[in-house]
Amino acid sequence: MAPDARPGTLAAALLIARKDLAIEFRTRTAFFSAVVFALLAIVIFFFAWDPTAVTGMDLAPGVLWVIFTFAGLLGLNRSFSLELADRAIDALLGAPVPREAIYLGKALANVVFVGAVEAISIPAVALFYNTPFGGRWLAIAGVALLATIGLVAVGTLFSAMAVNTRLAELLLPMLSLPFFVPIVMPAAQATARLLSGRPVLEAANWLKILLAFDLVFVAACMMAFPFTIEE
Amino acid sequence: MTGATERVHATSTGDAEVEASGLTRMFGGRRAVDGVDLSLRAGDCLALFGPNGAGKTTLLRMLAGLLKPSSGTARIGGVTLPGGEEVRAVVGLISHASMLYGALTARENVEFAARLHGVRDARTAAHVALERMRVLDRADAPVRSLSRGLQQRVSIARAMVHGPRVVLLDEPFTGLDATGAAALTAALTELRAHGATLILVTHNLGEGLALASHAAVMQAGRFVRVEPCDELDAAAYAATYRDLVTRGA
Amino acid sequence: MTTQLTSDVHAPTAAGARRARSGISWWFVVAVLAVAATYIRAIYFTPLEAIQGPAQKIYYVHPTSAWVAFMAFGIVALASIGYLWLKDLKLDRVAESAAEVGVVFTSVTLVTGSLWGKPIWGTWWTWDARLTLTLFLWFIYVGYLVLRGAIEDREMRARYSAVLGILGALLIPFIHLSVYLFRTLHPMPIIGKPSRPSLPNEMLETFALAFVSFTILFIALFRARYHLAIARDELDAEDRG
Repeated sequence: MAPDARPGTLAAALLIARKDLAIEFRTRTAFFSAVVFALLAIVIFFFAWDPTAVTGMDLAPGVLWVIFTFAGLLGLNRSFSLELADRAIDALLGAPVPREAIYLGKALANVVFVGAVEAISIPAVALFYNTPFGGRWLAIAGVALLATIGLVAVGTLFSAMAVNTRLAELLLPMLSLPFFVPIVMPAAQATARLLSGRPVLEAANWLKILLAFDLVFVAACMMAFPFTIEE
Repeated sequence: MTGATERVHATSTGDAEVEASGLTRMFGGRRAVDGVDLSLRAGDCLALFGPNGAGKTTLLRMLAGLLKPSSGTARIGGVTLPGGEEVRAVVGLISHASMLYGALTARENVEFAARLHGVRDARTAAHVALERMRVLDRADAPVRSLSRGLQQRVSIARAMVHGPRVVLLDEPFTGLDATGAAALTAALTELRAHGATLILVTHNLGEGLALASHAAVMQAGRFVRVEPCDELDAAAYAATYRDLVTRGA
Repeated sequence: MTTQLTSDVHAPTAAGARRARSGISWWFVVAVLAVAATYIRAIYFTPLEAIQGPAQKIYYVHPTSAWVAFMAFGIVALASIGYLWLKDLKLDRVAESAAEVGVVFTSVTLVTGSLWGKPIWGTWWTWDARLTLTLFLWFIYVGYLVLRGAIEDREMRARYSAVLGILGALLIPFIHLSVYLFRTLHPMPIIGKPSRPSLPNEMLETFALAFVSFTILFIALFRARYHLAIARDELDAEDRG
């Protein structure tokens, strides 16, 4: 047999991400649950809304970002629980790949997952709340991407920890939500600016804190990850 | 039981493929593995018997690079523990859990393992591995639709697809029918012929002794009895083993 | 007899457990006296503040509790880094003790802040920058303690808590920044606080006494909790034998 060429960190991460997405695509249950949850939440917020007090334009960004965090948590939960089912995690840990690659791969798969839920929720909000996005789609997608990276960076790490505890479904939101606040706030503010037609640059100011958060926490979580899986 | 540890001495010539000295693993204050000494050459097969809770699984997980030793030294395939990726590249681990993704097919599972190990032609290697374990005809069904025995065979294919030099098996015959057991035995024999070293944890004395070049009994974290298999009488060994185990840990 | 290793960092020593079972701690005595002295001095021997009246007196308790709450978290963060680096369970016991005492002081900060706010601002809660930060500190503490409670394995508990402790410390500046930015957007009632430099000497002295006495109280509670952690770990080690 030809000598083996072990994949580097990025290649291994991509392998793992593809594997996670293949599994999700095969079963689709988590994705559908997250999407249905998001749509239901959008509808409930609608019925809880007094249009004479608050305009759709004012309500939409808040609704959007609250939904993203909770739908995201649904997806993050499954990220490591699928590894524990038959101890597949042992095979993954037994492979000659750097631990960071496992984190990166799972985070990438989660970004795609949460991104897909967002891709459906955003048009749904535009539709239900009569807030035309007026050509700002790309900018809003950019905000969503930056924020999703932050959500997933922290959420992936915490789901790796939570899955090993007795209270996994309770712990993941409890640990993650305080960390989501510095993401959701700038993201919602930026989205609001973009929706109301303000200059893109104004929204860009908010993105600085998002970017800083992403840089700090992707690095910190990647460094912390090996501690959560090695014994 | 004295405090003396027993050492496994290999019979064949050449450098030791699996070596351990005073290997210990603590969990809290408890010594799950308590000063294990080991020396196996390429092609050796150690059958490891012992009651539940003796530390056999912990020992295997350490040798597989999944657990860091608390103290002591070990070398696997020339790499000193904890060797990180280098150790994991040469080891294959099989345990009671299938370590498979239920939603994916057998082929996908084995190919994924092959790619993670950097096997150059992953598709072919997976194909060959599945064929060797006689599961090729069910290779494209989701693993969770397979019976436990078939899943076990797929798991063995997964563990061996990268041609490991050291294979650690934790009760692999559990749940295997005659075909499966025969396929596993054939695969292991072939591996040994190519110079792989095996450590086989099993409760089945007959199967273990038939395959192995050495036999050891582990109790309370230590090897209490070791010998090469050619000096062994199976019936007498079985009787002594029963005594050892019922005398209690 | 279970083998007792001198180099075993997991099981606490018998000596440590004996210390835990000893009698009244002097730290406690001093702490109780100091806190009592602070209260007496604050209520009877410190002048009333002109604008706020008697309600201002709660302010001797509020920022002092906040100081202890944040300092305790600093200890949690440092001990967490130390544990991941050295893998010494002593450091984990330090972190857990500091966290349990810290969460109490955090709760006190929040409650006293609210109690002070009602007569002064007319509302039980405003999103005051510092109070909001304290609220988030409280959430992090609670998450930390719930996480600890949900893990049986001693070593995993220490490892996971350490990760959370460090990440929580990283989060604090981001929360601070977020709240600051948020408040610049949404101007909120300016909070009139007693500005310290212009305080008369008696008030300053009472403040100083409060800070010292609360710190001593923290130390006393921390030591008690730490010894409890030692005793508990020793008992667990014996059970597992």
